[in-house]
Amino acid sequence: MNKNYMVSLIAVIVLFLIAYVGTQQGAGLQLVFGIIIPYLAVILFVVGFIRRVMGWSRSAVPFQITTTCGQQPSLPWFKQAKIDNPSSTFFVIIRMFLEIVCFRSLFRNSRMKLNGGTKLTYQLEIFLWVGALAFHYAFFTVVVRHLRFFTEPVPFFVTLLEKVDSFMRIEVLYDAIQSGLPGVYMSGLVLLAATLYLFLRRVLIPQVRYISLAADFFPLFLIMGIALSGIFMRYFTKVDIVAIKELTMGLVTFRPTIPEGVSGLFYAHMFLVSILLAYFPFSKLMHLAGIFLSPTRNMTGNTRQVRYVNPWNYPVKVHTYDEYEDDFREKMIDAGLPVVKMPEEQP
Amino acid sequence: MKDKNMILAGLVVFIVVITFPFWFNMGKAAPAPELELTAKAKAAKTCVMPTAFMTAEHMQLLDVWRHNVVRSGERMFVNADGKLFDMSLSNTCLDCHSNKEKFCDRCHDYASVDPYCWDCHIDNPKGE
Repeated sequence: MNKNYMVSLIAVIVLFLIAYVGTQQGAGLQLVFGIIIPYLAVILFVVGFIRRVMGWSRSAVPFQITTTCGQQPSLPWFKQAKIDNPSSTFFVIIRMFLEIVCFRSLFRNSRMKLNGGTKLTYQLEIFLWVGALAFHYAFFTVVVRHLRFFTEPVPFFVTLLEKVDSFMRIEVLYDAIQSGLPGVYMSGLVLLAATLYLFLRRVLIPQVRYISLAADFFPLFLIMGIALSGIFMRYFTKVDIVAIKELTMGLVTFRPTIPEGVSGLFYAHMFLVSILLAYFPFSKLMHLAGIFLSPTRNMTGNTRQVRYVNPWNYPVKVHTYDEYEDDFREKMIDAGLPVVKMPEEQP
Repeated sequence: MKDKNMILAGLVVFIVVITFPFWFNMGKAAPAPELELTAKAKAAKTCVMPTAFMTAEHMQLLDVWRHNVVRSGERMFVNADGKLFDMSLSNTCLDCHSNKEKFCDRCHDYASVDPYCWDCHIDNPKGE
């Protein structure tokens, strides 16, 4: 039992129930959860995102602090690691691109271990990298796929992605559990599994648990809640998809409507997404923008070719050796110390 | 500063990308499609199950039907009112809803759903 994840879990469950109960027959808060909160969340997301990045853009970056991971440019017979120690903007862009799409620095993750009690070893620890890749790409696919609810006509790339994603035809038709929708989206399942892995990793590995805070668990539970409610709506407790698209299209065309027959589960799903959007600019999720601004990655490692001077260096008042000697020349000669400039002979 | 301009440019690109649904649909209303019922469907009043169930769950029903017919050879479906139906897309569903373009396709196109019923079934078995 750990208060960090219990608090986060309870928070997500409560948020889910608020929206679910609030949109049941009788409560009638459809207008709030279907229109007002989603709009507020999007505004908060965009404005908060811009403010956060603009704040970062004002911070000082005086020095090149690139983390180099290979041979720097040197004498011509040394082969430079051009991507891992880039000395030109072009290779910095390649390095950044690979960092963002392949998470290369996460791949270098290693685990320190005492072997036989005395020998220190470093092992490649690849599972976090695999889990992170699975999570991010699944989430990206899920987001792009959802554009089918926000565009009319649906653009070809969304349809194409849906086709690829639902490539596996799976149906489960037992008496106890039935899912008769053979077009199963792999991304949704991968997203849920990867989030679960990232959560279990934080709970089961003692060192990671020690550094995990509520702010680490809350987004994980939130995303789990979103994925679960989405999967439930698609495969188990079916919803009226056309009514839902009418609602979402109303939002993006600024003609908001609340159609009949949209279930509470959908409002809860959308409420959790709204929470995620609103929470985004104030949380660790801002690494979406932060990755582009990480100075250890986005700078050239050419400090031996180019001299970087701190731009706000002020002229420092110095007392040179010549001035020092001027102050003490006579005393130095008296003490027999060598001087650079002999005093002129007095006539 | 040079960095600041780069950051601003990146931010502008990001905002343009995430507001895609807003400017893609600019000025277009996209109301839910109207379905046309054939005279036969209107006369029948109710489908094999109530309308609310059919809108949300017809895919599940059809999938169970297919399973029962193809795997178990059962062809009879009894609904809640005790009425008997032949579990057949071509002979039962399309008997009333013979206007696929104005019934099935309208919602499926709107929701970007591409069911593979029609990989095997012809959409107008009676050739009308």
